[in-house]
Amino acid sequence: MIPELGHFCLIIALSISVVQCLTSFTGAYRNDAILMRVGSSMVAGQFVFVLLGFAALVYAFVNSDFSVAYVARNSNTLLPMQFKVSAVWGAHEGSFLLWTLIMSAWTLAVAVFSRHLPGDVRARVLGVMGVLSVGFLLFLLVTSNPFERIVPFAPDNGADLNPLLQDFGLIVHPPLLYTGYVGFSVAFAFAIAALLSGKLDASWARWSRPWTNLAWAFLTVGITLGSWWAYYELGWGGWWFWDPVENASFMPWLAGTALIHSLAVTEKRGTFKSWTVLLAITTFSLSLLGAFIVRSGILTSVHAFAVDPERGLFILGFFVLVVGSSLVLYAMRVPLIRSRVNFSGLSRETFLLTNNLLLIVALSIVFVGTFYPLAYEAATGGGKISVGVPYFNSLFIPVMAVLTFALGVGHTARWKKTGTAFLVKKLGFVLLVSFGLGVVLPLLLDGVYRWEVALALVLAVWVAATHLKDLWFRAGGSLSGLARISAGYYGMLIAHLGFAVVLVGVCITSHYSLERDVRLGFGESLELGGLNFTFQGVANTQGDNYSATRGSLLVSGDGSSYWLYPEKRKYLSSNQVMSEAAINAGLFKDVYVSLGEPVADNTWTLRVHYKPFVRWTWLGGLFMALGGVLAIADKRYRRLRQTGRNPATATLGGATV
Amino acid sequence: MTRTRRGMHPVRRKRLIIVVFVFSGLALAVALAMQALNENINLFYPPDEIVGGHAPLNTQIRAGGMVKMGSVRRTAEGVDVEFVISDLKNSEFVVTYTGILPDMFREGQGVLATGRLLDDGSFLAVEVLAKHDENYMPPELIDMGKNNDS
Amino acid sequence: MGRLRLFLPLCGFLLLVVMLWLGFSLNDPHILPSALLQKPFPGFELPSLQDAEKTLTQEDLKGKILLVNVWATWCPTCKAEHAELMRLKEQFGLEIAGVVYKDEPDNARRWLAAYGDPYIYNIIDRDGRLGIDLGVYGAPESFLLNAEGKILYKRVGEVNARIWRDEIRPRLEQLEYFDLDQQR
Repeated sequence: MIPELGHFCLIIALSISVVQCLTSFTGAYRNDAILMRVGSSMVAGQFVFVLLGFAALVYAFVNSDFSVAYVARNSNTLLPMQFKVSAVWGAHEGSFLLWTLIMSAWTLAVAVFSRHLPGDVRARVLGVMGVLSVGFLLFLLVTSNPFERIVPFAPDNGADLNPLLQDFGLIVHPPLLYTGYVGFSVAFAFAIAALLSGKLDASWARWSRPWTNLAWAFLTVGITLGSWWAYYELGWGGWWFWDPVENASFMPWLAGTALIHSLAVTEKRGTFKSWTVLLAITTFSLSLLGAFIVRSGILTSVHAFAVDPERGLFILGFFVLVVGSSLVLYAMRVPLIRSRVNFSGLSRETFLLTNNLLLIVALSIVFVGTFYPLAYEAATGGGKISVGVPYFNSLFIPVMAVLTFALGVGHTARWKKTGTAFLVKKLGFVLLVSFGLGVVLPLLLDGVYRWEVALALVLAVWVAATHLKDLWFRAGGSLSGLARISAGYYGMLIAHLGFAVVLVGVCITSHYSLERDVRLGFGESLELGGLNFTFQGVANTQGDNYSATRGSLLVSGDGSSYWLYPEKRKYLSSNQVMSEAAINAGLFKDVYVSLGEPVADNTWTLRVHYKPFVRWTWLGGLFMALGGVLAIADKRYRRLRQTGRNPATATLGGATV
Repeated sequence: MTRTRRGMHPVRRKRLIIVVFVFSGLALAVALAMQALNENINLFYPPDEIVGGHAPLNTQIRAGGMVKMGSVRRTAEGVDVEFVISDLKNSEFVVTYTGILPDMFREGQGVLATGRLLDDGSFLAVEVLAKHDENYMPPELIDMGKNNDS
Repeated sequence: MGRLRLFLPLCGFLLLVVMLWLGFSLNDPHILPSALLQKPFPGFELPSLQDAEKTLTQEDLKGKILLVNVWATWCPTCKAEHAELMRLKEQFGLEIAGVVYKDEPDNARRWLAAYGDPYIYNIIDRDGRLGIDLGVYGAPESFLLNAEGKILYKRVGEVNARIWRDEIRPRLEQLEYFDLDQQR
């Protein structure tokens, strides 16, 4: 009964969102306040019914209702409770329901926190978001109903959740990632609303900035967690594979990063207007494209969901409709007489433009690498190729290096016009220091001196030093001055420092990691990275829903010693075998061991990794997200809300980006 | 355009500089990207093409098929492993690999190996991928099945 | 120029869509390779699960409309599909022949004893050779055969209520399968 109610709730939600679109758009068109109010009140109803639908599916999972086909395919009575709940979004139907729920939640948040906006703008934004909800709900109901029953012969037990997904990482990774993806729909909706109304001034940028920051922060955490999950769960010790599905989340992130910066220019200086609109459309389109890639099976990868042509076609159709119509609207509505270029060759605007260009170049590199196999196949009528990791690395890294250098100069540069002499005076010494430190620091690391690492450290120190110097300058050289600086500025600072941290982590771990596949008998040992690994043997253990062989290794060196227990698990219901790596995590190095297989009596193959600074890649990611969130806490957004409906009177404090 | 280049309106000139900057940057990026792409694409070859000598020697390629039952052999020392990939018809070849095979690797299941074909007809793999989910198989192998029907 | 330039993003987008569309139709494994459509079921000589002495061939599949279902006990989706197959047998009297794909016969026998047997008989394809001839790339897959043993339809993935309703049942109706059924 509950699953049917859940299904019914989704149908109601669909009807409500249709009403939401119609009333919002008609209301905005006729400037009818009552219709607009009806439209916005629909939002809460829609959210509640999607939430009820989601709760019904959770209920079916928690109670192991295997008469529901989706539950039967993805759960099992042996599954521990927390995984029964997370199995809800472990496969296609449920994860799309989660996606839809997040869409409704964002819509509700916009409806609640945008009461200060002019009524017609708000109505248009909610209308656009309503259209997206209609599309998602239709998709769910038509092609991916999670409540479909197996009657009358329900299986007495389910097929179990893929063991790879029985993990904390999967509990949190998809919701965060989806919140990021879907969150970009807000910036998209604001951009479309601005195009529809024809009022393409700086105000839409101001309104959508906090939303974009928040969505971006979620996406950043989502990607970071995904990378962390791949690292400890896939058992290869890798944290980024340039896999199509990873790229699918990385492309909107790159576009979103460009969008954040270009929104800043549009808000502060009133320039880049049409470019920013285009970026907002692009970012959300790439999110939809990501969904299409993952769900259509068009690019196969370790993460891809089951292939289903009906679903792929539906998403492709929806994608064409949404993105196609927005681009047509863009081409028709963007004003031809654009703002005059009112900044000089050397100014903060120029550097932000450079930032955008470089990010778009980086995006194109990833895009081409991801879709080239597809284009090749289409052109040759079925030829199969794959694009190797060196392609991505050899192109992406130089672009990032230039971007990082520009980052240090850019935020020191002033708006409109900056003298070369001013920059040299401010940054000359910092450049020298960064160069010196960056060149010397690799000497402290074990291993051969690498110029690539030195270069990366120069750039990381450069970013950190320029930012800290600027902070001190703004604080007026006193500690009490630090308190007067706006949250927006601190947000930027932390995000940029986070970027430097990622840079350090990525570079050092890529160049100084050690990895060895070895064959060890009980009692034998191995030296790696100055540590001694002694294989003490294996024992059998039992988990909730798996049996495992557990190896014990004693790691010693560095004046300490500890045990690591990697496991080889066999899941009872699906018979799948999975390695569970054992990791000793540290700020400066990870020691990582995974169990291979028995090759002789009392002898196993083992994989041992020594990974310096690998934590920094994720730590930096979290800093970046924190920065994004902190920027939203800026006082001027609160002031904006209090000043009410007339955005022209809203003064913007602080000269920060 | 009656004005000379020198006398160009400063705004226009600025715009021109930006456009030139953007386009040359883009052109350079595209050229580099195409080169990097060409150097890093790995073509896929099914067993019959590898056995038939259609695959290039000593070039990074991808090969795949089914792991022949009972063909997996490990050396007495170290972590070297050897197995036979077959299309379950007439073509099969030997793959050698140093390291730990993935969890999903199993005799009688599909695998995809990246590496190079040596002069002696064996395949030296640097990466082995395997997955036998009921819903998943590397796309290269799917097509192999299709071609064999015809 | 002018406004036309603004259509450039749209053009790029349309190009992308064309590519996705092409890639999509090329990659679609659910569409039966045209080579097999309307062709007779490939030849085989394999043991029967129920009667180890007996050898089954493609001739055994002829003479009636039949759904050939490729399954295995190691395949979780098969478990979900199994219930639907039971329903089709009970409710519509659909005759289903099983192909036990890359699996131990003992496992298969245990499975059928535990969950019920929707099949009229099962063909043991232990090394997956018949699977290769059928272009099977995973279990479950199903093939609808007419009385002459020709393949009318192929389903990659599970047969569920929707596939039955939208794909299989209409084909059976075309063959006037249900009219015959009622006369029986």
